[in-house]
Amino acid sequence: MSFVTKVASLASYDKGTIELNDDLKHYAFSNIFEVASKAKPFERVMVASNLEYCAEAVRAEGTSDWYTAPHDEFAIVMDGEIEFTFFQLTDTEQPKHKQGAAKLGGQPQGKRMGRVIARRGHEVLLPKGSAYQFKAAKPSVAIIQTSAGPESVERWSEICVLN
Amino acid sequence: MNAAIENVKVIASAPDPVLGYRKFQFGSFSFTRDMYFVHVTWPKGTHTVEVDRFLRAMVRDIGWGFFYGWIFFDDVFGTQNHYGTVDIFAGTYSKGHRDTGVDFLETFNTDDVRVAFETISKNWINEGYDPLRAPMETGSPLGPKTKDASGPLIRGFEPARRMMGLPGDVAPRSDASGHPINRAFADLTFDKPTIEAEPGFEGQIHAFNLYDHIARADVTWNPSFTSITRACICCVTSEEHMLPVIHGNDRNEWFIQLTDEIHWNIQDKNTGNPRGRIVMKSGDVCAMPADIRHQGFSPKRSMLMVLENGTPGLEEKYAKGELEPFPITASRW
Repeated sequence: MSFVTKVASLASYDKGTIELNDDLKHYAFSNIFEVASKAKPFERVMVASNLEYCAEAVRAEGTSDWYTAPHDEFAIVMDGEIEFTFFQLTDTEQPKHKQGAAKLGGQPQGKRMGRVIARRGHEVLLPKGSAYQFKAAKPSVAIIQTSAGPESVERWSEICVLN
Repeated sequence: MNAAIENVKVIASAPDPVLGYRKFQFGSFSFTRDMYFVHVTWPKGTHTVEVDRFLRAMVRDIGWGFFYGWIFFDDVFGTQNHYGTVDIFAGTYSKGHRDTGVDFLETFNTDDVRVAFETISKNWINEGYDPLRAPMETGSPLGPKTKDASGPLIRGFEPARRMMGLPGDVAPRSDASGHPINRAFADLTFDKPTIEAEPGFEGQIHAFNLYDHIARADVTWNPSFTSITRACICCVTSEEHMLPVIHGNDRNEWFIQLTDEIHWNIQDKNTGNPRGRIVMKSGDVCAMPADIRHQGFSPKRSMLMVLENGTPGLEEKYAKGELEPFPITASRW
């Protein structure tokens, strides 16, 4: 017997179902590819939120601004190919916000640390102390493990199944 | 939370002269197995569980460190983690048992429960049966005692400290570690990310193939910590057949279905009354609130990512009602 693994993509996803005798808002059921299909490039739309922590769905398309966070973040590429470029933060670029990703507000001034080119299933460290940028030649999708920050977008009523 | 009984040791009987298994006494509970079933006895009653189900639940309970909240082996018997002490209960969350007054709960130090469960499992697991594997990938637990299993009783639990694969951290599974790609993911191709670190930044720029790591799991329903953001833990697991426990949450957790699909039964945590079901497909995201029990069924081996909040003391805030038992509060809608 040969198996067929179903891995959804931006071009092909099939959302599941939620049938509960409960308030569906308590479950915040959504689909990353559906969220990404309706998002602007590099919007960081929260799809999971656990007190200060969250996961953000990102549609990568073109070249992003530069981001930084006062803690490690992690990106998992769910579809396509994304290039991540990293620069070391200078003393003056250190983040002043408490958590989550914020835009650097310009080009990074520190040393170039390197880059990662990641495809479906790859998990990438977005290290504390760095500025990072996404690039994608074609629409791609990533999910970011992080904390809620200045760039996090909440639109639960739009993305979740409510009936 | 009750005070734990101090320093309780599990007491083993001589092997049964016919079947060869030992009987165990731990606190007020006794545990006996025969060819097909495990019988748990406490001062007010006895409960019988099919042996495969019992052993699959018990080794995961040990390996998970009793996990977050409640682990129901079935609707009657299980454990609750108080992070230092563990309750073993029978009927406490079953209306019928409570109504008839046969429910029972005893609190022990965590290490004592771990030692007791390991001792029982080691005696009751025979060579050729591996309760951490999917049912189609292992032998049967039924029948009399043959020979103790020689492999590790629990495995696959070493958590990454920052991110899997970083220098000095836990390594992802590989052929070299003895973990081939599982048959159910043989149709996928797995490549490596391109990593180009500038001189002096080697080891600081990092990526790995998460799906490859999951596809090589030789265990099911057994989370592997891969990355940690402060107290936010990313756990990934390979799921096939059924979650052999019913997990009762003491905090909110989030599921992200990476491949294939899992069907979840949702129940009220305290009563066990059904609330409904959720079918999660690839790309779906769903919260598991702090006031439910859930059990998953994966028709084909699938990949699941779970985001946990490991902040110490969180369980008490939910228990006291200081935090609402669902993650997205009303003002955020």
